[in-house]
Amino acid sequence: MTDLKAQIIEQLNLQEVTPESIGDDQPLFSKEGLGLDSIDALELIVLLKQHYNISITNPEEGPKIFQSVRTMAEYITANQTVKA
Amino acid sequence: MSIYINGTGCVSPQQTTQGGPLLAALKEYEQVRLAVVDPDYKQWIDVKQIRRMSRVVKMGVAAANLSLEAAGLTAPDAIITGTAYGCLDDTGVFLKKMVEQQEEMLTPTAFIQSTHNTVAGQIALLLQCHGYNNTFVNRGFSFENALLDAMMILDEGGADNILVGGMDEITNYSHQILSRFGIYKKAPVKTMELLNSPDSGTIAGEGAAFMTLSKTKGSLCTTELKGVSTLYKPLWEGEVIGHIVQFLEAHNCTPEDIDLLVTGRNGNIDQDEIYEEVAEALFPEHPEACFKHLCGEYPTAAAFGAWMSNALIAEQRVPDAVMFYGHPPEKINKILLYNHHEGTHHSFVLLTYAE
Amino acid sequence: MSEKVWIAGGGVISGIGLNLRACLQSFRDNQPGMTAMKYLSSVHHATFPVAEVKADNATLAEMAGMPEEISRTALLSMIAAREAWESSGLGDISRYRVGFVSGNTVGGMDKTEDFFAGYLKAPNGGRLRQVVHHECGSITELVADMLGIRHHIATISTACSSGANALMYGSRLIRSNQLDVVIAGGTDSLTRFTLNGFNTLMILDQEACRPFDETRVGLNLGEGAGYVVMVSDSLAAQVQPWCRLSGFANANDAYHQTASSPDGIGNYLAMKGALDRSGLQPQQIGYINLHGTGTQNNDVAEGTAISKLFAPTYPLMSSTKSFTGHTLGASGGIEAVFSALSVKEGIVYPNARFQHQMKELPFAPETEWSEGHDLQHVMSNSFGFGGNCSSLIFSKV
Repeated sequence: MTDLKAQIIEQLNLQEVTPESIGDDQPLFSKEGLGLDSIDALELIVLLKQHYNISITNPEEGPKIFQSVRTMAEYITANQTVKA
Repeated sequence: MSIYINGTGCVSPQQTTQGGPLLAALKEYEQVRLAVVDPDYKQWIDVKQIRRMSRVVKMGVAAANLSLEAAGLTAPDAIITGTAYGCLDDTGVFLKKMVEQQEEMLTPTAFIQSTHNTVAGQIALLLQCHGYNNTFVNRGFSFENALLDAMMILDEGGADNILVGGMDEITNYSHQILSRFGIYKKAPVKTMELLNSPDSGTIAGEGAAFMTLSKTKGSLCTTELKGVSTLYKPLWEGEVIGHIVQFLEAHNCTPEDIDLLVTGRNGNIDQDEIYEEVAEALFPEHPEACFKHLCGEYPTAAAFGAWMSNALIAEQRVPDAVMFYGHPPEKINKILLYNHHEGTHHSFVLLTYAE
Repeated sequence: MSEKVWIAGGGVISGIGLNLRACLQSFRDNQPGMTAMKYLSSVHHATFPVAEVKADNATLAEMAGMPEEISRTALLSMIAAREAWESSGLGDISRYRVGFVSGNTVGGMDKTEDFFAGYLKAPNGGRLRQVVHHECGSITELVADMLGIRHHIATISTACSSGANALMYGSRLIRSNQLDVVIAGGTDSLTRFTLNGFNTLMILDQEACRPFDETRVGLNLGEGAGYVVMVSDSLAAQVQPWCRLSGFANANDAYHQTASSPDGIGNYLAMKGALDRSGLQPQQIGYINLHGTGTQNNDVAEGTAISKLFAPTYPLMSSTKSFTGHTLGASGGIEAVFSALSVKEGIVYPNARFQHQMKELPFAPETEWSEGHDLQHVMSNSFGFGGNCSSLIFSKV
């Protein structure tokens, strides 16, 4: 999950955030969490495609998958077909 | 009706964000591409929001905030910007990826930040300003059109305080492409010697300058914005001269009333000729000051010129670094700012000392 | 000083017709303009339908009387602006103080993106003539120069509301007696840049779009240009004006760079501001030409704002984007022409492919072409990125 955190930080150009500072279950989108928004969700969809070859065609699925780093990692494990 | 400049803010290749007297610490360069001196943008923008912003957005937001602070306001009623090139950096990022990745796996951030009204939109978002918001993008008229729009809205009574600004950025792509058009000097030139350069070509610049305008004079206001006018593709210098006379007449004054002429000379001997001709015809004995050796040439450089002219009136002092001809006037009551971009876009701004 | 600002003519080129009358015929015949991509070259050509202007650049260049290699955006602009001018009956343009105020979103990007393919290979690659009209303002000036307009030139770029904002600025220039006539509107051609940009936002429908339908999933891009000719009181007396621009407002949603706020606060403020400026009550509006892109977000925000402002009685409404696609910087201009003509001729345009009532809204769009309405006042909405929300009102004499 550390790799995934680093990928998220790079993709979203998060400043003053390190992989260690993101909790596995910390909400990504709420204000108490990282405070990401709908544009970040679209960026994360591309991240999944680029790094894990996973396609999400319906952006409405985003909120469920991107609740936290853990839910993202679980989704990747369940859906990955080709190792990046 | 009077329109007052109640506050200004500027991010430029000079140290213009710190306050203090104009050009207290002059920055001199010997290059053909000037870059702004970046302030610490986190003073105005939260880290969560800054991560998506390109330089021109940060410059614009900073200059807008400085202008509002100087006017003692937390938010304006309307925001109007001028930018010829818009958000070049994000445009370039998206174009490059689109071409190189053959239209696949593209991400939205650069695209949404590439629209020309990103700066005006981001200022509105940060200030939670729901008022009128517009962006003009017509080359060397971008800032002037924004200024005129603001004056018309104030005149109608449609807003009390309007934030108006002009900004443009240079990117590696834009500089390389514009250089291919041959508009810059072939070799680096010392900025303080630029205006007497004997050959063609100028130096590239960038920056953002904002002013807060109102019909109500602010407590620290020194300057009244009397008028702005544009002249598109004049056929010959006589048309420029005639236009200036009419413009001044419309504001009840003559060339004799002008205490200081501020011109947009850029060190390109071909393009500076018109300033010589205008000065000779209308302002033969007038002192003349210049600004593009300080900020470089770009389509919205007149915003820097207007910002500087306001500072000259406020301080009632013309630093040596900006004097081009004659001696500084004892009293700076009226300034005519005359700028042209590429010989096709001529603009005129009349500023007076506010009693 | 002109008390009122009048609409003396209009011109449109779009995916449903090369001139205004042809566009009207397509509405009458219920023939929307979305098809598979033919003129724009993109890897997505088989995925996303678009509403292209049905002519290649050579044909458009001949119609415009301009060189083929300049931007398609300028060619479209020239054709619609000239149609607008000729429809006004004002004759020799050099007799008046004329301004040209045009909106567009990406200037000559259709050529820049071709240039970039060569340029990215080598710094001296790509032909410079392909980027010479990259700037938005350059497109406006090409057309102004052809029309012989020099008094005032301005270009507005506020994303999808650019064309509407051009009318606002233009009307101020007339009211303040700086000009007698302003040709105002907008233009945009399809580009890979915008197609791919909207695709990253995942808001492009792979079928023909369904504005204000519960099952809508996104928009279709279109291209075109639309301009009105606005004149002062004194010139209006010499021609037969269609109607007048009686009110307008721009407001900012200040919610998100691209998305509309759920309750459409910016949309509401723009419509309310336009009503206030025209001195009208909501129930006096007979028809609204909706922004109606067909995205989930836009239609619910716009619809919610309309509910709040107009309840309990709603004007007739439709989104002409269901025919023309979303023409971005041109849409405010094209829809201003449609709306002005709506007042003049009592036309209500159809909203194609509407079948399912949106659950959030108490009203539905009109699905059939109809004419002979007594429309005293018509509203046109245009909302864009950066929270930029504009509303125009056209009124009978």
